[in-house]
Amino acid sequence: MAAANITVSETPLVLYTLRRADDALILGHRLSEWCGHAPMLEEDMALANMGLDLLGQARELYSYAAKVEGGRNDEDKFAYLRDVRQYRNLLLLEQPNGDFARTTVRQFFYAAFADLYWRAMMRSSDPTLSAIAAKSEKESAYHVRHSSEWLIRLGDGTEESHRRAQAAIDELWAFTGEMFSVDDSERGLIDAGIAIDPAPLRPQWLNTISSVVSEATLALPDNDWMQQGGRSGRHSEHLGHLLSELQSIQRSFPGATW
Amino acid sequence: MVTAVLSDADLRWRAWEAASQVVDPEIPVLTIADLGVLRDVQVRDGRVEVAITPTYSGCPAMNMIELEIELALERAGIARPTIRTVLSPPWTTDWMSEDGRNKLRAYGIAPPQASSSRRALFGEQQVACPQCGSGDTELLSEFGSTSCKALWRCKACREPFDYFKCH
Ligand SMILES: [Zn+2]
Repeated sequence: MAAANITVSETPLVLYTLRRADDALILGHRLSEWCGHAPMLEEDMALANMGLDLLGQARELYSYAAKVEGGRNDEDKFAYLRDVRQYRNLLLLEQPNGDFARTTVRQFFYAAFADLYWRAMMRSSDPTLSAIAAKSEKESAYHVRHSSEWLIRLGDGTEESHRRAQAAIDELWAFTGEMFSVDDSERGLIDAGIAIDPAPLRPQWLNTISSVVSEATLALPDNDWMQQGGRSGRHSEHLGHLLSELQSIQRSFPGATW
Repeated sequence: MVTAVLSDADLRWRAWEAASQVVDPEIPVLTIADLGVLRDVQVRDGRVEVAITPTYSGCPAMNMIELEIELALERAGIARPTIRTVLSPPWTTDWMSEDGRNKLRAYGIAPPQASSSRRALFGEQQVACPQCGSGDTELLSEFGSTSCKALWRCKACREPFDYFKCH
């Protein structure tokens, strides 16, 4: 019999923490899908390493969410026993890997944000969140640098790599707005000094993005329309496919352990 | 039972001695004390509490290290220690001991550069080859065989080598 979904009491702090944990888990899982398939050995290791950083961040965040919630769930239950509508990650991060350019652009858009976000979150009045932020910020700095270097190589590379990199930017752009948006639940945490407001980070993010994109001889779309929904559980079809793979063992053999 | 006859200070010392001998499963020349992963050992009501900190969030060696600490303490006659993971202050390469850096170099891994400032992360790095000492080296990949290492190559002796990343 398939394992049932858990129920989660999403107080603002639990919801906030799960959103960041889901971001890290879903992107980490996407990166792990490259394992054994990357264009070269060094890149295979790089993608797996970045995935591992994210998985580590996810574990810390899930464990904290479990503690705040009162201990009826744990990191594994959050990861394996919630369905698509219970996931709270950004839509950007569940987008399929596509070609290497698409993976690079997705990583670049997010890492440039995460780097600023976690650095700002080091000021959180919540000691666990600020400690996780301090750890994640260091790792994000490597992810930004790595993905920036690749984007420049791809954009300023061959006609083919340039075309693919530009197509990836055009396709993923509409998912970037969600990183900076905040709902009422999160607004309360921001007012209390537990979370930080991501909106003021956008100019600096745009600055980093623009300078790398222009060095890569690529261009940002001037389209301002942004897609949202991941934070409240409205996902693209891609997340369902991802979760069916990520959760298959626990769903088929509830409680299975190594 | 050994714990019953030792004072807390002696017990703490014995536990520290045992825990500090545990080596990193991925870099077996370094102990967790050399690395700075072993943060603290406390005795509370006769029970030993060991605090460790991960180098990288996703470091897969942490579970192994916890197990090794338990076994090492058991061998020293200390049963059922509590092992806590602390995140703050975050680990940086500055936590690595000078002794650890020398052992790393002798093992063929270039030790992290002294300063772990954020600027260093984006600036030009110069890493000396652990084999021949030449500074004429180049970065091959920022991500090496484990999360904490990058892959470099020496242009003087032509050997590739791991560099323990500044963090
Ligand atoms: Zn050399």
